[in-house]
Amino acid sequence: MTAQYDKTPVLQTKNLVKRYGSVTAIDHADFELYPGEILAVIGDNGAGKSSLIKALSGALIPDEGEILLDGKPVHFSSPMEARALGIETVYQNLAVSPALNIADNLFLGRELRKPGILGSVFRMLDKKEMERRAKDKMTELGLMTIQNISQAVESLSGGQRQGVAVARSALFGSKVVIMDEPTAALGVKESRRVLNLIKEVRDRGLPIILISHNMPHVFEVADRIHIHRLGKRAAIVTPQSHTMSDAVAIMTGAMEVSESEEEAA
Amino acid sequence: MSSTNPKPSTAVLDHDKVADQASTYVAKFERRETPLQRFKKFLHHYPIAAPLIVLLLAVISFSVIVGDRFLHPFNLSLVLQQVTIIGVIGVAQTLIILTAGIDLSVGAIMVLTSVVMGRMAVNHGIDPSLSILIGIGVGALAGFINGLLITRLKIPPFIATLGSWNVFFALNLWYSKSETIRSQDISNIAPLLQWTGQTIDFFGARLTYGSLLMLGIFFLIWYALNWTAWGRHVYATGDDPEAAKLAGIRTTRILMSVYVLAGVVCAIGAWVLIGRIGSVSPQAGTMTNLDSITAVVIGGCSLFGGRGSIYGTLIGALVVGVFRNGLALAGVDVLWQEFTVGILIISAVGIDQWIRRGTA
Repeated sequence: MTAQYDKTPVLQTKNLVKRYGSVTAIDHADFELYPGEILAVIGDNGAGKSSLIKALSGALIPDEGEILLDGKPVHFSSPMEARALGIETVYQNLAVSPALNIADNLFLGRELRKPGILGSVFRMLDKKEMERRAKDKMTELGLMTIQNISQAVESLSGGQRQGVAVARSALFGSKVVIMDEPTAALGVKESRRVLNLIKEVRDRGLPIILISHNMPHVFEVADRIHIHRLGKRAAIVTPQSHTMSDAVAIMTGAMEVSESEEEAA
Repeated sequence: MSSTNPKPSTAVLDHDKVADQASTYVAKFERRETPLQRFKKFLHHYPIAAPLIVLLLAVISFSVIVGDRFLHPFNLSLVLQQVTIIGVIGVAQTLIILTAGIDLSVGAIMVLTSVVMGRMAVNHGIDPSLSILIGIGVGALAGFINGLLITRLKIPPFIATLGSWNVFFALNLWYSKSETIRSQDISNIAPLLQWTGQTIDFFGARLTYGSLLMLGIFFLIWYALNWTAWGRHVYATGDDPEAAKLAGIRTTRILMSVYVLAGVVCAIGAWVLIGRIGSVSPQAGTMTNLDSITAVVIGGCSLFGGRGSIYGTLIGALVVGVFRNGLALAGVDVLWQEFTVGILIISAVGIDQWIRRGTA
């Protein structure tokens, strides 16, 4: 266990509850994300992991419990508010606009305007600056195999599009990046690139929450694995302490992890 | 470092290493391009090229067939005057089609606002400039109603505007009492309404202020679409509304702004209409709806939204104008002009589909 886990979690929930009528989607769930780590969140379908993630990204308002960002309680009533506080989400369905180019997509909804009167009165976009920053970010993340920053996203492969979405989150996410099934729609080589990209983003200091069904991917990149079951955390394991079969067993309830064992992990 | 040893000292069977050595070409097929395919690719990269080529070919063929009469500055300025109204309404239609919508009520909004402007100024004696502003306000309100129907009641744009077309047209007949306001009355009481029809000499060409107004509107909307965040958001909303929403764009607001702006542009079109025909008629411009869609489609805008340009519409309107004018000068019957425009629409969309197939 390294020193990073003694620090205050970047993002934390305590006793989070969300009910839909008689169904309890989040049942007093605890969650901690520490600085500089990749935390994978796994769980069977219906375990409530997407509800948890939605609560963390502001898409869902919990009924009870609290969310702490850097140790301070926060309340999001929309994804916009979470984003304003530095929590970026990369969505499974690739939230990019195919007809717009890479730079436009990176800055979509957060465009830069020219300085001075051109920007304030004529609302003129600073295309050069946006392209420059986009190029810098893509180069930094090793994505500049894409030749032209002003090429339409629709001309890119699935992996490259995912790269654009990741670059956007890395460009604006100052605290946390949440990635929902980033490799689900990708081929073997493309997945590899995206996994490397995820490590790259982590190595630059941004902690990442990775939601995935792909166990080999989870075990390859995750520092810790949060296993969600029946609306709450069933265990925290690491790729070193448990095998994939153990993780699946915990996920499905075939194996119980005692609190003490969890602490040890 | 010795590089003479041909064998690697340690056999690394890590799958990462294997992946690193793999070909970096992902699903790339070696294929020799035929000139036709290269042309197709060119058209895909420059969507404006297709209507521009058609326009150039039309101009060349008509100047060969008809002779000097066609290329005379006076005739060319006549073409520009003839396309002015379709051009202005085409701007409104382009904005809406970019959001993957369609507006069948643009012509009705134009006629209704022209009647409002005319009656305010001539029958109620309101200051002409104020009358124009009231007309623009009515246009904005009409667009606002369309926007509400589409964004709040979630009625598909085609149906919402099919309904509002009839409503606005009926209101127009009711408010005008189906009476035409005579040109003389307008020039006596409110000459400002006819200002858009006044001409200025420009090297033998006779440009109307209306044509200049149209070019001004094209420039403004071009600027807004290409150089402001709002423009990017219009494209993103039409391209993929879900993705736009996830990117933090308030798509409902964008749609509302587009429909209101389209209403305002239609009202300016009404002012241009009064200048063009001199009088105010509740029956004028009934075909403008479909003509504006024609201009947008020939200009290369996709009816599925998110793709297309505003200057494409200007070229589309000019293509229609040039064909109509050229065929008329060549002494071809009006029915064949309509026939040709029909063929143009179908070809434009056909070419668009062909370009998209296989190059995306």
